[in-house]
Amino acid sequence: MPLLEIERLAVSFTRYRSRWGKEKVQVLHDVEFSVDAGEVVAVIGASGSGKSLLAHALLGILPENFSASGTIRYRGEPLDAERLKQMRGKEIALVPQSVRFLDPLMRVGAQVRLSVRGDDPYAAQREVFHRYGLAPETENMYPFQLSGGMARRVLVSTATVSGARVIIADEPTPGLQAEDVREALRHFREHADAGCAVLVITHDIESVLTIADRVVVLYAGTTVEIAPAADFTGDGSRLRHPYSRALWQALPQNGFTPIPGTQPQPGKWPSGCLFAPRCDQASPECTFSRPELRTVRAGQVRCIHAHSEDDERGISIDEAASDGI
Amino acid sequence: MKQRQMAFEAQNSGNPKKRSLRAIGLGFRRGNGPWLFREVTLEIRPGEIVGLTGPSGRGKTTLGRLLSGYDHPSEGKVLLGNEVISHTDDAGYHPVQMVFQHPERAVNPRWRLRRIVSEGWQPDASFLHMLGIETDWLDRWPNELSGGELQRICIARALGPETRFLIADEMTAMLDAITQAQIWHNVLHIVRERQIGVLVISHDVHLLHRLCDRMLNGLF
Ligand code: SF4
Repeated sequence: MPLLEIERLAVSFTRYRSRWGKEKVQVLHDVEFSVDAGEVVAVIGASGSGKSLLAHALLGILPENFSASGTIRYRGEPLDAERLKQMRGKEIALVPQSVRFLDPLMRVGAQVRLSVRGDDPYAAQREVFHRYGLAPETENMYPFQLSGGMARRVLVSTATVSGARVIIADEPTPGLQAEDVREALRHFREHADAGCAVLVITHDIESVLTIADRVVVLYAGTTVEIAPAADFTGDGSRLRHPYSRALWQALPQNGFTPIPGTQPQPGKWPSGCLFAPRCDQASPECTFSRPELRTVRAGQVRCIHAHSEDDERGISIDEAASDGI
Repeated sequence: MKQRQMAFEAQNSGNPKKRSLRAIGLGFRRGNGPWLFREVTLEIRPGEIVGLTGPSGRGKTTLGRLLSGYDHPSEGKVLLGNEVISHTDDAGYHPVQMVFQHPERAVNPRWRLRRIVSEGWQPDASFLHMLGIETDWLDRWPNELSGGELQRICIARALGPETRFLIADEMTAMLDAITQAQIWHNVLHIVRERQIGVLVISHDVHLLHRLCDRMLNGLF
């Protein structure tokens, strides 16, 4: 059973424009996915697709001018704002982007002890520091004294001692060297292997693929594909959505090939498929309505032309349907 | 390759477009604090794309800031051809321009983009187009553009006609792979055409491998 399920999650914010008064702008919409116990799910996508807001929405810590709608379920139970608040840091923990989320004036050991759920905070904190290879004197340091790699270990320690079953990591590896990245990600894999549901929001596709079971691809604020991690391979032809393939092929280690155009901005979304203006497979039907998320080859995709399993012959499912197959 | 180098040496002193950027015995520390690095010597030739990687906190960004005149070296000097250019206080356009990881921190939030992009020079519409900048962005404020759009503006600002070298410090690290590839394709086109030398600072070895003619190793 999924530990965490997200259905039709939408986030919008209100902005004030001197001339026009207030306007409400949608940033995320129709975001859907789930994370099982024992699973690492990666969220990747275009910069500015709302990835970071997603973490904040799932923890109920959106900035004041933002509002969220949709359903978040924990062990099948829908969470309202009040429940979310009770579970935050206990059942659901955030591993934030940087040490800037720590209190700069408090020693890091004390900060980690605050999150301990058991009755011996000192023992728990020391054990977790030992486990993550942090020297005993680290507990007396202030956040600014930590190197990038140490900071990551302290941040993940906080989630570990909390005993949370759902761990959400927001860009956990920015600017880290390869070894530190590998180490940080290994800790998330260990949490999943111990039965947690782990969500890693990142733009470092290549690294996260080494630990992820499934990958959620966001474009223009919505889920365009949910794919087994193994589908990110070769020329990307096993991926279901044209955007996922384009993203994969643009990596420096793949083709470094950019597709033209830019992601539409919130508030300026086209009708129909949001990727249609940049999609080389777009047909007139693509602009009629927003494609629904549907299951294709053990994954899900929001594209009306994505190929299904009996498609080895290269027939798209709508053609197949009209042929009466 | 060899031929190119000889041609370059022959012209190095004369034509201002053909002068190398050199750092000789550079060292940096704040006040009397510990040395961040010492004895850094390097050369980047016009039109050459050179990569620099390594753990954070060792001074890669600081080195970039010294090369582009944002900070003074504590020892050593930065030369363009045979001229010392490490002084920040000279008025006028600096021939070594730097573009940072976070464009939103590199622009004045209270200026419209039209003013930001023309801070050092006046790029025309066709140049902006080459970098994928739409002219209607120019009437907007920085917080109305995405990170990738704002970074294109910062790059346009840095590529004035007097720019000889570009220091790209994690320039596309915050951007998705498609935006990154778009931006670098645009930038490579411009720097090749104008024989601008580039120092690419990045922790992404695949990106460096794609972009660079050679790597600077063992600097720090
Ligand atoms: S629905 Fe049409 S436009 Fe959208 S991704 Fe699929 S093929 Fe492209």
